[in-house]
Amino acid sequence: MLSQEILDILSRSKEWGWVLEPDAKRLLSLAGMDVPEFIWADRLDEAVEFAERIGYPVVAKVVSPQVVHKTEEGGVVVGIENKISLAEAFHRLSGIKGFRGVLVEESVSGVEMIVGSKIDYQFGPVILFGIGGTGVEIYKDTTIRMAPIEPKDVMSMLKSLKAHRLLEGYRGAEPISLEQLTRNLAAFSSLIMDLGDGVTSIDLNPVFCSPSRCVVGDARIMLP
Amino acid sequence: MNYQKLFEPKTLAVIGVSMSNDSHPANVVFNKNRLRYPVKTFAVNPKGGSFHRSEIFVRVSDIPEKIDLAVIAVRADLVPGVLTECIEAGAGGAVVISGGFAESGRKDLQDRMAAIAREADFPFVGPNCLGIYSPDHVDTFFLPSERMVYPRVGNIALVSQSGGVLVDQMINLADEGVGVSVAVSVGNKALIDEVALLGYLSADPKTEVIAFYLEGFQKNGGRDFVSAARQCGKPIIALKSGRSPEGGRAVSSHTASLAGDYEVFSEVLSQYGVVEARSQFELVSFCESLSCYEKPIQGKIGIITGSGGHGALAVDLCAAHDLSVPRISEKVQVEIREGLSGGARPIAALGNPMDLTGSAVDDDFVAAAECLSRTDEVDCILLLVLPYSPGTTSDLGARLSRVYLREGKPMVAYVPHVDKYRMLIEGFELNRIPVSPAIEGAVLMADAMRRCQPC
Repeated sequence: MLSQEILDILSRSKEWGWVLEPDAKRLLSLAGMDVPEFIWADRLDEAVEFAERIGYPVVAKVVSPQVVHKTEEGGVVVGIENKISLAEAFHRLSGIKGFRGVLVEESVSGVEMIVGSKIDYQFGPVILFGIGGTGVEIYKDTTIRMAPIEPKDVMSMLKSLKAHRLLEGYRGAEPISLEQLTRNLAAFSSLIMDLGDGVTSIDLNPVFCSPSRCVVGDARIMLP
Repeated sequence: MNYQKLFEPKTLAVIGVSMSNDSHPANVVFNKNRLRYPVKTFAVNPKGGSFHRSEIFVRVSDIPEKIDLAVIAVRADLVPGVLTECIEAGAGGAVVISGGFAESGRKDLQDRMAAIAREADFPFVGPNCLGIYSPDHVDTFFLPSERMVYPRVGNIALVSQSGGVLVDQMINLADEGVGVSVAVSVGNKALIDEVALLGYLSADPKTEVIAFYLEGFQKNGGRDFVSAARQCGKPIIALKSGRSPEGGRAVSSHTASLAGDYEVFSEVLSQYGVVEARSQFELVSFCESLSCYEKPIQGKIGIITGSGGHGALAVDLCAAHDLSVPRISEKVQVEIREGLSGGARPIAALGNPMDLTGSAVDDDFVAAAECLSRTDEVDCILLLVLPYSPGTTSDLGARLSRVYLREGKPMVAYVPHVDKYRMLIEGFELNRIPVSPAIEGAVLMADAMRRCQPC
């Protein structure tokens, strides 16, 4: 069952046809997924107060209904180490078209994965999982399952990736947390089953998978 | 809905038999069933008259016996009326051969038929189809018998959206000596679709493997299909056309771009344990293999060959199909070598592939197959048999089959298919060891067992 807050987010996003990133992250967090700690700041002092509370470095992203592809518009600033850099970033982002505040969030790291969903005409809600990041459509190392998925599907999804060894502790690295991955994918699976035709597609890309967490770095929820 | 009378009718009405056109589909269906099947066959045409000295009944209800199956081959716009007559006459079901429905813009007519049938709980196949071939019971294909190639009676059910592909598949299976329990062309599937047939066939004691040729599903039809497949408990194989991506379609997300229609189809089928065939050749190989073996394997292949080149080709093909060809332990190699004849013993290479060489005789193949059957280093044996090799006799197929029957480890074989090697091939096939005319086919047979994992 979708909570009232999720329904509210969806209904106020209809206007733009997609869900603004802070709303998307709030929605995913309500659905039980791990998202970075963030604030949707209208003013610089809110942003600074948040950054000093959680500690630098932080990431700042523009929030604008007119900017779906933030990176292409210069709407993302990573590795902000101090108050001055944050102020500079805030100032620059506020000049972007349709500006509605800045999303400031903790820096997270890990292997960049993609978790996505779409409503397939023949099979209904399906989940895509694989190697993410900006090269996602170049590497095309992804796998698909019909939702809902079971915990055992997560292992088979991992194994079917060409790059699965990268996630299982390649060259001395610690493996990513299978437990966290399974937990987040299960939450995602229930969410998209509940959403049904209420969304057209979701791209969570990247999702940072590390030995301790699987955190949604960016989220794009497209509405019908 | 009860499909029994569709597949095993005792009485058949063929509606639309023509007095003026002897090659009319209805006439073909009437003739072949009257002459070759135990079903009691009656001709129907509103004009009445007689055909081949049989009375043509004006209406189905005029036939003095209750009709189990009606084959309807009349103009599309007349079909809903005829369907109603069949229902009123108490018929058990129908096959609607006629075209001219959704495929040519008359979806309304098709929907009307489906509504009439649903209301009356009356099963029908079609429209726009060949219908049902149920060996020893009925054949509604409007193809003259002398043009058809019928596979022997067996345990594979074929279901196809396309009548042509279905007939092709029957020819291919017949060619490989693989038997069919029933073949259904579903056409526009206005009422009975793949999912409905899956339900019937999973309970059909004559069917052990179900093979589909699919073009596409309705909205969410794929979801229903895989859910039914999971319940089915029998191996299911699917060949899909329309696999190339739709060109130029704008997509709004990475997911939509990476999860195109075919990618989703392919991965979801595999998620649910359905074995996807990517060509007609794969379909035949998979059918042949799964009609013999039900248990899945991990895919550790032991290759026994009389020629190094064949062994090397088979290893490459195994690798391409995610099958492993593990090196056989020294212990097992020593054991096998001790069992070999004087000609092969000093020169055979037993690491895997096991090249028994051109000096091998039947006994060598049997000795190697026995040892491999008893070790868990491999879970399937791939036999590359070259009947032109001087030490190989036409008894080898039957002898190796006996090893399987004794030991129970699945074997698949490659033997070149020419008439003079027929007895060797039958020695395998009649003992339910699948044989392919190509090395790749034999590898595909092993691949089918690996991929057919129950969920």
